[in-house]
Amino acid sequence: MTRIKELVKEQAEKHGRERTSLMPILQAVVRSEHYLSEEAMIAIAEELDLSTADVFGTASFYTFLDTVPRGKYIVRVCKTITCHMKGKDEIIRTISDILKIKLGETTTDGRFSLLQANCLGWCHKGPVMLINDEVYPEITPEKTSEIINEYLKKK
Amino acid sequence: MSKYKVNLKINNIPISVEEGTTILDAARQLNFKIPTLCHHDDLCVAGNCRVCVVEQKGARLLPASCATPVSEGMEIQTNSLKVRQARKHIVELLLSEHNADCTKCFKNGYCELQDMSNDYRIGDHVFLDLVKDKDKERDISSPSIEKDDSKCIRCQRCVRTCANMQYVSALAVTHKGNNMRISTFLDKPMNDVVCTNCGQCINRCPTAALTERNYIDEVFDAIYDPSKFVVVQTAPATRVAIGEEFGMEPGTRATGKMVAALRRLGFDKILDTDFTADLTIMEEGTELLVRLKEALVEGKEVALPMLTSCSPGWIKFQEHLYPDLLDNLSTCKSPQQMFGPLAKTYYAEKVNKNPADMVVVSIMPCTAKKFEAERPEMRGSGYKDVDYVLTTRELGRMIRQAGIDFEKLEDEKYDSILGESTGAAVIFGSTGGVMEAALRTAYELVTGREVPFANLNIKPVRGMEGVKEASVKIKDVKPEWSFLEGVELNVAIAHGLVNAKILMDKIRAGEANHHFIEIMACPSGCIGGGGQPMPTNMEIRKKRAAGIYEEDEAMVLRKSHENPEVTEIYQSFLHEPLGHRSHDLLHTHYTPRKRH
Repeated sequence: MTRIKELVKEQAEKHGRERTSLMPILQAVVRSEHYLSEEAMIAIAEELDLSTADVFGTASFYTFLDTVPRGKYIVRVCKTITCHMKGKDEIIRTISDILKIKLGETTTDGRFSLLQANCLGWCHKGPVMLINDEVYPEITPEKTSEIINEYLKKK
Repeated sequence: MSKYKVNLKINNIPISVEEGTTILDAARQLNFKIPTLCHHDDLCVAGNCRVCVVEQKGARLLPASCATPVSEGMEIQTNSLKVRQARKHIVELLLSEHNADCTKCFKNGYCELQDMSNDYRIGDHVFLDLVKDKDKERDISSPSIEKDDSKCIRCQRCVRTCANMQYVSALAVTHKGNNMRISTFLDKPMNDVVCTNCGQCINRCPTAALTERNYIDEVFDAIYDPSKFVVVQTAPATRVAIGEEFGMEPGTRATGKMVAALRRLGFDKILDTDFTADLTIMEEGTELLVRLKEALVEGKEVALPMLTSCSPGWIKFQEHLYPDLLDNLSTCKSPQQMFGPLAKTYYAEKVNKNPADMVVVSIMPCTAKKFEAERPEMRGSGYKDVDYVLTTRELGRMIRQAGIDFEKLEDEKYDSILGESTGAAVIFGSTGGVMEAALRTAYELVTGREVPFANLNIKPVRGMEGVKEASVKIKDVKPEWSFLEGVELNVAIAHGLVNAKILMDKIRAGEANHHFIEIMACPSGCIGGGGQPMPTNMEIRKKRAAGIYEEDEAMVLRKSHENPEVTEIYQSFLHEPLGHRSHDLLHTHYTPRKRH
């Protein structure tokens, strides 16, 4: 059994094999693998006795359930109007310059992906950036490069 | 238990209906037609297209009548000014996302959205054109089904059909917002996903987002090619449905007119799949008796119950979902695929034609047959056994193209040979028909007497219940069948793959006590096939079934083994059922496929 299959099985044991178990399993796989591979979606469909189209349909609905490979650190910058007015474009440019990737891309070493997100609910403290589950409010280009450089030092 | 009655008024007319009835159905009872798109009588409620909105007194918003149950004292207007305006806007909005390239469209004249825009006189585009997939290539990867996303209005009839009627879910709603679409796993081409090619999605698609791959031009090319000898075979279920293409009532028996039309279209010989349906009964019936003998007398491990193999949608479903039970599947090819190799061997010799110059065309109620004909194993004759498969709908179109006035045609007869058939073959077209035909022959073979049912009509295997079960007690058998004395033959029938699943799960769990099971992929059997005229619903399918059984009763011969051409082919060519030649030409093997 492959690693992914084991992971899916383990999650199915934990969350059950009902249709309603699909979301927590998808989330768990994304937490571990950063995205849902074809193999992972097939494994989930098998485990829950669903069609793969159903699994893909659910996954593709949610922005945070990626079906294309993503880096270990997924950097999301809020794109909605408040953050836009507070200078999110400059934030994105800063990250782009440091990581040498454009929006939607992943660094060649597979460590960072740069994406935009819909409203993250931090309008009062925009612009806001999310790295995996960590929120960084009220950022400036300077702060942003500090934060990203910190992450670059990590493994 | 009687349900509570609810009183309401629709367009000021009082009506009392059962609790739980939708406004749409209540209005229908009063003969008010409310337009619908996402609603389909065979499917669960979706309520997403909104064209069926009505005005409810005291309510601020317009409820969707297909998704709203009636309530006491409700006052509904189905055609108020507010409703009309809203409905018109809804259709305009749908059109703003629909590639309304009607003149080039395969469904031109048969499109529910087109009808509606015509009814509401939709003219200039009020809304911005938002058709995204106009330049996207249609998906023509499948030999059976074409998918054109630019025509899709996201009503999800196909999704519900594939999930709730067929338990396949090849199609699902994917992505969201303005990117929302009906797609496959990872947006793969239709031919690369778990699709049975049954075409039930096509039957319910209100636009041309899903259509059959059509081969009309290829067939006309063959007809006009003087070097080709083009023979056509017609499936049992087509003869009670083709009339609908010309405005006739569902279930009208139009066998003779269909034969006449095919002759006028220029086919060289008009032959009948019913002949090979009779042959199927001989082969499959014998196969069943052999399996029973091996199990009961020789004590061998035999795969029972035996499952019928006439429905190619069902075959592919089993290959994907129950590959562990493929041994239970009869090795008989479907009647279409028995016909092909016989036409290019036995028949070619009789009519003195070179099989290389022959083109075998089938008229089928089915889209899965298009895929079946393409299977690499279907070359028993040394050539592609069946060259082109057309649906009943495509035949209708050919007849219209040729300017043939179908209704005025005089009845004509099939050519001989490979044109003779019995009532047992005709009923293949309806759920339970193969079972009934098999029982008529097997019982008589074993006991020497006719099946003990009035006028040969085995009523317990007929009808539209999803899963039917019946038992036939076998007694006073001929000496050579003594092992069957007193045996209670248990049979079951399922139609629609969601019902097939019920029986297959039982078999897998070892809980099925059946000897023989008939399964058809489509609801009501082939009469409800994915290639049949549209629209479809239970009422229409029941009428077609009635036509099938009338046709059976009108036949002189009603038992497959009495077909003189069947007797002849065994004498001069095949020699015996399950014999060497049968094995080569009439039997096949199956391919386990992945579920995902």
